[in-house]
Amino acid sequence: MKKVIVPIGPYHPLFEEPEYFALYCDGERVVDVEWIAGYNHRGIEKISESKHWDQITFLVERICGICSTSHPIAYCNAVEDLAKVEIPERAKYIRCIIGELERIHSHLLWVGLAGHFLGYNTVFMWAWKYREPILDIMEMITGNRNHYAMMKIGGVRRDIDDAYIPIIRKILEDLKPKLNMLTNAVLDDPVLAARLKGVGVLTDKDIKEFGALGPVARASGLDIDVRRDSPHAAYDLVEWKVITQNEGDVFARAVVRLLECFESMKIIEQCLDNLKGKKGEISIDVRNIPPGEGIGHYEAPRGECFHYVRSDGTGSPLRHKIRAPSFNNIPTFKASCIGETISDVTIILAGVDPCYCCTERAIVAYDVNTQKKILDGSDFIRLSQEKTRKIEKEIGVAPSRWEEKNWERDN
Amino acid sequence: MVLSLRKKALKKSLFVFHLSTGSCNNCDIEILDCLTPRFDIERFGITLAGSVKHADVLLVTGIGTLKNIERVKKLYQQMPKPGFVVAIGSCACTGGMFRDGYTMAGPLDKIIPVDVYIPGCPPKPEAMIAGIVKLLNSIK
Amino acid sequence: MDTLETIKKRFSDRIINIKIHSDIRIYIEIDKKDLLDFAKFIFNDMDARFITATGVDNLDSMEVLYHFSIDREDVIVSLRVLLDREDPVIESLTPVVKGALNIEKEMYELLGIKFLNHPELKRFLLTEEYPEGVFPLRKDSQKGKK
Repeated sequence: MKKVIVPIGPYHPLFEEPEYFALYCDGERVVDVEWIAGYNHRGIEKISESKHWDQITFLVERICGICSTSHPIAYCNAVEDLAKVEIPERAKYIRCIIGELERIHSHLLWVGLAGHFLGYNTVFMWAWKYREPILDIMEMITGNRNHYAMMKIGGVRRDIDDAYIPIIRKILEDLKPKLNMLTNAVLDDPVLAARLKGVGVLTDKDIKEFGALGPVARASGLDIDVRRDSPHAAYDLVEWKVITQNEGDVFARAVVRLLECFESMKIIEQCLDNLKGKKGEISIDVRNIPPGEGIGHYEAPRGECFHYVRSDGTGSPLRHKIRAPSFNNIPTFKASCIGETISDVTIILAGVDPCYCCTERAIVAYDVNTQKKILDGSDFIRLSQEKTRKIEKEIGVAPSRWEEKNWERDN
Repeated sequence: MVLSLRKKALKKSLFVFHLSTGSCNNCDIEILDCLTPRFDIERFGITLAGSVKHADVLLVTGIGTLKNIERVKKLYQQMPKPGFVVAIGSCACTGGMFRDGYTMAGPLDKIIPVDVYIPGCPPKPEAMIAGIVKLLNSIK
Repeated sequence: MDTLETIKKRFSDRIINIKIHSDIRIYIEIDKKDLLDFAKFIFNDMDARFITATGVDNLDSMEVLYHFSIDREDVIVSLRVLLDREDPVIESLTPVVKGALNIEKEMYELLGIKFLNHPELKRFLLTEEYPEGVFPLRKDSQKGKK
C-alpha cells in the first residue's frame, strides 16, 4: 500500500518552537510517528557546569519561557536537598504564589492556542486577554512579565510587600468570573465536545509505560502530582485538591487544565492570607555547597520538572541533569496519534501542551514517491478548522458572525 | 523605481513571519501577545503570515543552533524582497548566556543580514512595537 | 523506609553499596548485569514511575543513574551503575520501560554510552555534521564550557 510521509516542522505555525515530526500516513490515517528533536538544543547542561551555583538559577530560568519559575524551583530544591537546607516559611509561601500564578497563565495560554487550532479564534483572543492581568501581577511583584528571577538557593530574592496584596486580590477576584465564563463556554460547547471527545485517547497503561506526567497523566485517571506527593514550598500548608479525569482524551486534558486554574487561585489566596501583616526572613545564607548529590522536582504546568545536581565542593556543579516534563510527554504521540486522521493530529499534538524549549515550524507534505508538495504549513490548521465547520453544520450550530467573517476572509 | 514603490506599499501593511531558532519560547509568546487584544497590532495593519513566502518581515528569536542555520538561510532566501529581518531578544542579538554553548552557531547577524535589533529578555510587547515602528520610519 | 527494605529483601546479595542521603533519597549501586532485574522489580512489582536517567563522566569511569519515583511514599530510588570509560556498554532499559527510549538516545550521543538491544540508537539532538566520537557532555570536551 502507498504510504505518505507528512513532515510536521521543523518550522510550522503549529509550534512556537522548531520541532520535527514525521507522520507516516496511509490515506487519511496516521500509521506511525517519528520524532526528531534538537532544533532547540542549546547545551544548557554543559553551560551550567561552568557557572556559579547562584548564576544557574538565571540559566535554568531561560530553559523555557512559560515554565520560567518551575525550573528554578526544581533546581533550588535539588541544591537544598544536597546541602540539607530548610528555607524560611515566608519564602515557602512566596514560592507557591509565583509558581501558581505561572500555572494560571500557562494553562490560559494553552486554552487559547488549542482554540486557535480548532478554528475558534474567539477563544484564543479571550484566553490571552485574561492572561494579561496575571502578567501584570508578575510585573508588579517581580519586575518582569516573564523570567521573574525570584528564586534563590535558600529562599527567594524579593519580598511581596503588604501594599501589593489587596491589588493582587482584586485582580484575581476580577479574573474569577471571566475564567468561569470561559470554562463554561468551552465545556458546554457541543462542537468542541464533538471535536475533542474520544480523540487522542491515552490509557493509564500508556501513561505508565511512557512515564507521562502532569495534566496528561491526570486526564487519564492517574492521580499523581508532585506538589502533593512530595510536599515542598507551602503546598502542605494550604488546602487544595488534585484534579483528575478518567477519559484520557483531549477534552479531559482541557477540563483538567481549566479546573486547575481555580485550584491555583485557591492556593494563592491562602498564601496571601499567610503573608499579610507578618514579617520574617525571606532567605537564608547558603555560602558553601558541600560535596554530594541532590535531587529536586517540582510540578510545572506541564508535569514534573526534575533536576539532579552533583557537587565536588567547588563553586560550580560537576554535573547538572535537567529533565523537563515534555521530554516524557511528547513520546506518547506514538500511542495517541496512531489510527487518528490527519486533521485531528493538530489538536492531539497540541493536547499535551508540548514545550520543545524545555525538551531541548512550516508543515510541508511531500508524496514519498514523487516528492511533490501536497500540503503546506497553514493547510494543517485549515484542515483542522474545516473539520470544526463541518461538525458545526452537522450539529446545526451557527458559528459566531465574527468567526464566519474571519473564515471567509482567510479562505 | 519599482523597488521604492514596493517599499512604499509595504509600509501600509506589514506581514510578519515568526521564526524561532533555538529560543526559550518567551520572545515567541510575547510576539503572539502583540496580536492579542491588549496590544492588538492588527490596528496598524501588521499581521502574522502563515508562510514565509507571504511575509515582508522576518521576526527571528533564539540563538541560532547548528541544526537550524541551513533552514534559516533557506527561509531568508524564500522571503520576497524587499524584506526586513528583525532580531528579537538578547539571544538573537548577541547570543546572551548561551554564547558559549556547543550548538551555538549565531548570533543571528552571523547567519543572515539583520536590519533591526530589539534587545531584552524578553523584550516587552511595547518594545517590539516600538522597534517595528522604527523600522517603518526608516523605510524610504 | 519500606521501599529500601523491600529491595534489600529481594536482592540481598546483589547490592554493591547503598547510600541513604535522606529518608526520601536513596542511591543503590549495582552491577551492570543486574540492571534489568532491578528495573523490572522496581518498575513492575513496586509500581514505581520511571523519571529519567542521568549519565555522568567521572573521568575514571562512566556512571549511569536510573531514577525511579515511588509516589505514594515520596521516595526517589536511584540505581547507580558504573561502567568502563573506554568502552561504556550497558543493556538497554527500553524493553522494560518504553519511556527510556529517548533518554538513552540522548546519553548515546552526548556521552557515548552504548545501549545493547536498543531499537533505534541514532543521532537525536545533534546535527549530522557534528564530528563523530566527540561527546559534548564528557569532561574532556572543552566545547560549550567557558
